[in-house]
Order: sequence, then structure tokens, then C-alpha cells
Amino acid sequence: MSECELKRQLVIIGGGPAGMSAALAAYDAGIRDLVIIERDEKLGGILQQCIHNGFGLHRFGEELTGPEYAARYEAQVREREIPVLTGTMVLDITPAGEGQPIAVTVTNAASGVFTVEAGAVVLAMGCRERSRGALNIPGTRPAGIFSAGTAQKYINMKGYMPGREVVILGSGDIGLIMARRMTLEGAHVHAVCELMPYSGGLARNIEQCLHDFDISLLLSHTVVEIHGKERLTGVTIAEVDERRRPKPETRQYISCDTLLLSVGLIPENELTQQASIPLDRVTNGASVDQDRQTKVPGIFSCGNVLHVHDLVDYVSEEAEIAGRSAAAYLMGTDDAEKVNIPVTTDGKVRYTVPQTITRKKPVNVFFRVADVYRGVTLKVTDQNGTVVYTKKKPRMAPGEMESVTIRPEQFGEAESLRFSLEVN
Amino acid sequence: MYDAAVIGAGVVGAFIARTLTACRVRVVMLEAQNDVAKGQSSANSAIVHAGFDAKEGSLKALLNVRGSEMMENVCRELGVKYRRNGSIVIGFNDEDKKTLEALYERGVTNGVREMSLLTGDEARAVEPGLSPAVTCALFAPTGAIVCPYELTMAAVGNAMDNGADLKLNFKVDSITDRGDHYEISDGTQTIEARYVVNAAGVYSDAVAAMVGDTSFDVHPRRGEYVLLDKTAGRLVDRTVFRTPSKMGKGILVSPTVDGNLLTGPTSVDMVDKTDRSTTQEGLDKVMKEAAENVPAIRFNCSITSFTGLRAVGSTGDFIINSPAPRFVNAAGIESPGLSSAPAIGLYVRDLLGTLGLDVTPRDDFDPIRPALHGFRDLPAGQKNEIIKKDPAYGHVICRCETVTEGEILAAIRTNPKPSDLDGVKRRTRAQMGRCQGGFCSPVILDLLAKELGISPLEVTKCGGRSNVLMSKTKSEEVDV
Repeated sequence: MSECELKRQLVIIGGGPAGMSAALAAYDAGIRDLVIIERDEKLGGILQQCIHNGFGLHRFGEELTGPEYAARYEAQVREREIPVLTGTMVLDITPAGEGQPIAVTVTNAASGVFTVEAGAVVLAMGCRERSRGALNIPGTRPAGIFSAGTAQKYINMKGYMPGREVVILGSGDIGLIMARRMTLEGAHVHAVCELMPYSGGLARNIEQCLHDFDISLLLSHTVVEIHGKERLTGVTIAEVDERRRPKPETRQYISCDTLLLSVGLIPENELTQQASIPLDRVTNGASVDQDRQTKVPGIFSCGNVLHVHDLVDYVSEEAEIAGRSAAAYLMGTDDAEKVNIPVTTDGKVRYTVPQTITRKKPVNVFFRVADVYRGVTLKVTDQNGTVVYTKKKPRMAPGEMESVTIRPEQFGEAESLRFSLEVN
Repeated sequence: MYDAAVIGAGVVGAFIARTLTACRVRVVMLEAQNDVAKGQSSANSAIVHAGFDAKEGSLKALLNVRGSEMMENVCRELGVKYRRNGSIVIGFNDEDKKTLEALYERGVTNGVREMSLLTGDEARAVEPGLSPAVTCALFAPTGAIVCPYELTMAAVGNAMDNGADLKLNFKVDSITDRGDHYEISDGTQTIEARYVVNAAGVYSDAVAAMVGDTSFDVHPRRGEYVLLDKTAGRLVDRTVFRTPSKMGKGILVSPTVDGNLLTGPTSVDMVDKTDRSTTQEGLDKVMKEAAENVPAIRFNCSITSFTGLRAVGSTGDFIINSPAPRFVNAAGIESPGLSSAPAIGLYVRDLLGTLGLDVTPRDDFDPIRPALHGFRDLPAGQKNEIIKKDPAYGHVICRCETVTEGEILAAIRTNPKPSDLDGVKRRTRAQMGRCQGGFCSPVILDLLAKELGISPLEVTKCGGRSNVLMSKTKSEEVDV
């Protein structure tokens, strides 16, 4: 279908919060020849099914539901008449060759398989949930085991209850939200089990979704066996020791028909990997500079496909950086002689995004920590161990993304920076 | 009245039914489950064995080598993926080496071609992912891989397209000889057939007992597997076996025809023929031994784990005989049953011929069945021709495995038709990727409900009472 071959200065893959924000920022920076490619029939991404509130506190100073938050961005996309290809799946990205543009191969029902040529691409494909298979929980394989997001889709988008007697494994935010949602729909949530000695979810969600509904959070607990041949009939849970091994004497059977899994989110980087764009082994997202440009020139990444965020507000913020930077790249106004210095971490700081930063401008560096730390000092040192920046905080936890702004004058001619934590 | 009833629609029953349908035989397949390939044909090592394992002179040896030689052509006819990737059996010490030498000799006797004995270094040259601890190996380039349930579904579908009938949810509970035919009943319906073939897998001893044959038992042997994502699919190219012991062939590491990496199975004798659960010890053993074979394996990219139950016969060999008039057992078909299945079809046909069934070939039998998932491998131009006719082929539903709505609808409408989510999964690979249906199963559930003309509440994961959804939400109850 050569008549459908498209050429666009900028192609944005994904029409969720990241894709929309990136498109808006690029448009506002002067790019008019762009397109958003979205696999769903509608814009909004996963926000469409997140009907709870709590979105937009940072950006808009008010609590919006997911669809409301998405609608604000969608209205702006429509207002600017930014073209959107919905129901369209990207099959392949081929990075630019010599004198060749980036080639994005897509398929949809209307036009079949065709290629969109692009000067630049923003990756904004979001993330997916870890499945039961990734955990290898022993037992049977009955109906009634859902990732929390799948259950959310059935309830909020389709109007169906996937179960009545529920155990939730993992205290990620979607699991916490679904504990409340299923309770409100009349289900009985027996417990939320969390393998770690702390929750990976936001503190406010533990308060509002569990405590307010008297749902117990069993820390250092996991599901060790799944029962039931057709539909789930129960799970065996157990406490785990400090090395996360189940203690046999604590095994306990809970009769239930539904097990929801909220055991982690994985950036959906299959396209990125196919395109041989280097990934960060900790984030499972692309390794980027302060402009959210990947190691492949002209390809940018933002939102949950880059690293899993806790708040959509930060997704929008990051996507705007990517959109603006892609525009600058296309218009040749980006900083041509930027020198990037790598940022490393000590393990207590698990990762940073971006992974390299420039000496030319202040950079907001996002990071997550590996454990719950109290009375903690973030230290940024150069290659000689000289401390160039410190910040104290009473508490840092894996569930909450942290950020600090690092300024060039702070680190001068440093060749590399290292983020580490000192626990008092 | 049917000419022949085949009890069991696993890979063995499927090939018997297909082979008979290619003759002037009216066949009905009776399957206890709600889909075909639900027993050991759904969960095994997916290997077409070269044929060096089975004892010289046994039926296993004869039919394995024959079946293995037929398999490539059979798969071509049925549109089933097949890859002759070669098998390599690795050893870690002198005792293993002796066993491998014996296997080599046995393979030569059985008629296996092109085998060779290798040193550890030679083995690593053939398969660089092997452990440095490997000291010796047996290499059999004729070993191959195939998807067992895809093969079974294709063989059943091909038989059906040529006129065979399939009755699902038909759990045989009595077989009565009426002199010139049998009445086979599940308690509510009765099927009449002049000849009966027992291919009932782990239940084949119970079926044989219905005609008075209690000469053998079949017990289930649990085999647990861990399947890894396609990102691990290229860690090895050959199927890597350990040197076999009394309890089977040990933990293997193998690519699958679909590009994943399969590890397993354990080998634990069981009593309960319905217990398909996995165990922590079993999964731990699979992961530990797989890593001993191929040290680069990382199980953080596992996408599922499952158990298969092999039908282990008490005689040590396949039990293919006629214990009663016009009645044939194809029982105790454990490994290498998958490899042997096409040859078992011929063997049983010939046996029925000697019992008086007219097995004259039909000239209007069409052995060709188009591949169900050929679409994804087509070049863009050909895809677009299909999408122009049916836009559903342009609409991707399963993002992990890139399966389109068109392929899913085609699978729902093609013999043998699926009736549940797992049935669609096994036919299309939709829900079989790294997200395990997290994104696409709600969409497939809707498609299935619409196609079957049932409520989404009635859609099951795997038949019976495995309903996915339980009720409408409060607001839906009020508004709709």
C-alpha cells in the first residue's frame, strides 16, 4: 500500500499521557509536521481505566481522575489539530541509516502494513505488569488469577467483576487501588501480601485504599501455592525470612476465588530492543541524556517506557522535555557541542534518569532507592570522590521517586558523577 | 454408525483418526475434555526424538525412528512449524560417557542416521552455550522440534476437514460389544462404531478395562517445565539433553519452534491422573539443572511454568495390540510418543486392516491444512492483500506475539473450534507472550463471547467452571 506511506518530521509512539505531552511540547516548540501513533482506539493510554482520583495534584493543583487528566491533554491535542493514528500498532523501528530517515513500520485495519518515515521519534509506549509466570508460583493454573490492571480493565471498562473473594499479591499502587475498588464493588479482599518488608506503593494509597477499608497489609508475606483446577479455590501464603525464603511453619491457607497480582511494572521496550537502542539494566528503559535522547540520535524516550513513574504528573513533565528536545533536534537548535558525563549509582540509589548529563544547563535528575531509609543523605561525588552536592531527607522509600536538580556550577569539570546514599 | 471410534484426541488419537480418514473409514473422535490436546499432548518437551533412546527391537524404537522420518513432511502438509535443530546429549563424567557410547550403539541399531560422539570441546563448538563442565556428548542432527498441541490440533482439524467427526466433553464410561459393533457411552449419549481404538492417554488402562483387558496399568508421571521469554530463545540452538537415567531423560534445555526457551521436565511418579500442579521443589530442580547445562540461563525472564503428565505404561513399551474383537489399544504412549505419532497412525491402521476393517486409501483425501498463523510470517505486500479483503488482519490484538483480530477470528472459526480462552491461546499464541494475556485477554474474551453467541460471563479459561468473570459491576447492574 505505497499510497499510505507517510513522511513526518516527528513520530510519537504512544498516545497516553507521555505521548500527548511530548506531542504538545514539540508542537509548541514549532514542530507542525508530526503524528501520534496509538494502538488503542482512543487517546489516553492506561489513564482511561484509572477512574480513581489523585492525578494532577502537582500539575493542576487539584485531584483529577485518570480520564479527566487525559481529557485535559487530549483537548489540547485536538485544539492544535495534531494528527493521531489510532488503532495503529507499531511493528518495527529501524534507526536512521546514512542519509536515510528513521523508518517506523505500522499496521492498522484501514491501511494495512505501511512505513512512516521520520526525522525523529519519541518512544512513549508505557509499561506492562509482571505476570504470574515471571514469579513461578507453584500450584495449578486455574481461572481467577489476574494482574491488577487486567482486573481494573474488566471492572472499570467492561463493567464486569472478575471475582468476589480476593487476595492481592504485591502492594504496588495498582494493587492497592484495586483492593479499594473491589471492596467498593462488594468483593471481600482478604489481604494484601507483600514480599518485601515495606510496600512499593505510595504512602497515601496505603492509607486511603487499605487502612480506610480495614484491609490488612501483610509485609514479608508471599503466595507459595495456588489451588483449584478450574476456578481458583484458594491460595497458601507464608511469611518469608530476611532472604525472602518462605518459612514453612507459617504456611496459611486462604480460601478465595481471585488472586490479583501487583508485583511490578516493566517498561515495554520490545520495539526499543529490536531497534538496538541500548537499555539501562536497572530501569529496563533506554539509557538517555538530559534531553531524554537515547544513544541512537533522533530517538527519544519518556514516561513509563523509560522508567516506571509513581505519578503521572512527572510523566507529563518528562515527556515535555522529550518533546521539546526532539523539536530542537529537528530544528537544529539543540546544543550541538553538549558534553555528556555519565552518572553512576551505589546500589542504594538504584538508578538515575537521565543516565548522562550535560555541563551546559541545570538537570533535574530522577532516582529511586533500593530500600526504606530513614535519616538519609544523598551525596553526589565526582570521579575523585569530591562531594559536589548533598541533600538530607528524613525518609526515602522505593515506592516514591526522588529528584534533585544538579547545576553545572556545582560539578565544574567533573568527568563522571556518582549518586550514593549515606544512612545516618 | 461409524466405522471407527477413536477414544482420545491427543496427538496419538489425532494421527490415528487422520490416517484412518485418509482411508475409506468414517471416523469419530471422542474426547473427554472440552478441547483436543489437553493431556500430555499439551505439555511435553516438544521434541521429535532422533530415536537413540528406545531399547533395540521395541515398538518405541521402531515407531520413533519411523515417525521421526515422517514428521517433516507431515508438518509441511499440516502447516505446522517444524525445525530440525539437532539434539545433543551432554555428559559430565566417565560414567555418562559410557552411557552415551551405549546410546550411540543403540541409535545405530535403531537406524538413527548421522550421529556422532563428541568431546566436551567439540560439543561446545557445536553448541557454545554449554557448560564448561561438559566432558562428552552425543550429537544427533536428526533430532527436531515441533509444537505438540499445534500438531495435534492440525491433525484433528485435517481429519475433520476430510469428514471425521469430533465429540468433545465425551467422557467414555462404558463400551459394549454388540457382536458386529460397539456401543460407546458417556452415560448420556451413545455412539455406535464397528471398530474402536483406545488412545486415551493416562486413562487408556481404564478404557481397556471396559472391554475386559486388564493386562496393563498406566500411571501418570509428572513433568514440570519452565518456559522463558523469546529474549532467551537463542541461548541454545540444539536441544540439550542430559545423559539419561532410569527416571527419564533429565532436565533438557531447548529452543521451541516459536522462539522461546523451554526447560524441564522433572520426573515424579504420581497416582492422581488429574493433578497438573507444579511444585516449588520441581521448579527449583528444573531451574538448577537447566543452569548446570547452560550456565547463561536467567530465570527472571520466565513467562510461565506448567506440568505435563506422561502416560507411563506398565510394560515398559508402547502397548499397541488388539485385546478384544475389533478393538485396538494404543496405550502407554509416553515419550517418544509425539515423535512416533505419525507412525503409530500407520501401525494402527494396518492392525485394524488385519482385523477386517477396509483400509483402502481414498483418492479424495486432502492432506493439506493451511497454517493458522501463517499470516505473521508473510511479507508486507501479501499481508496487505489479506488486510484489504479483511481489515481485521490489520488490527493487532496481542501485542507481545503480534496476533491480529483476523487471525483470532479465523482460529475461532476453524476446525477443531476452540470454546475458551486457552483454546484461542493455543491456536493463535495470543496471550502466550510475556504479558501472559494481561492486555489482550479482555479483548479476546469479548471476541469469543460474540463469536460463540454467549455472554462474557459464560466465557471460561479452560472449560468446566473456569469462568473468567463472576458478575456485572454494581453500576452495570443498575444501568444495563
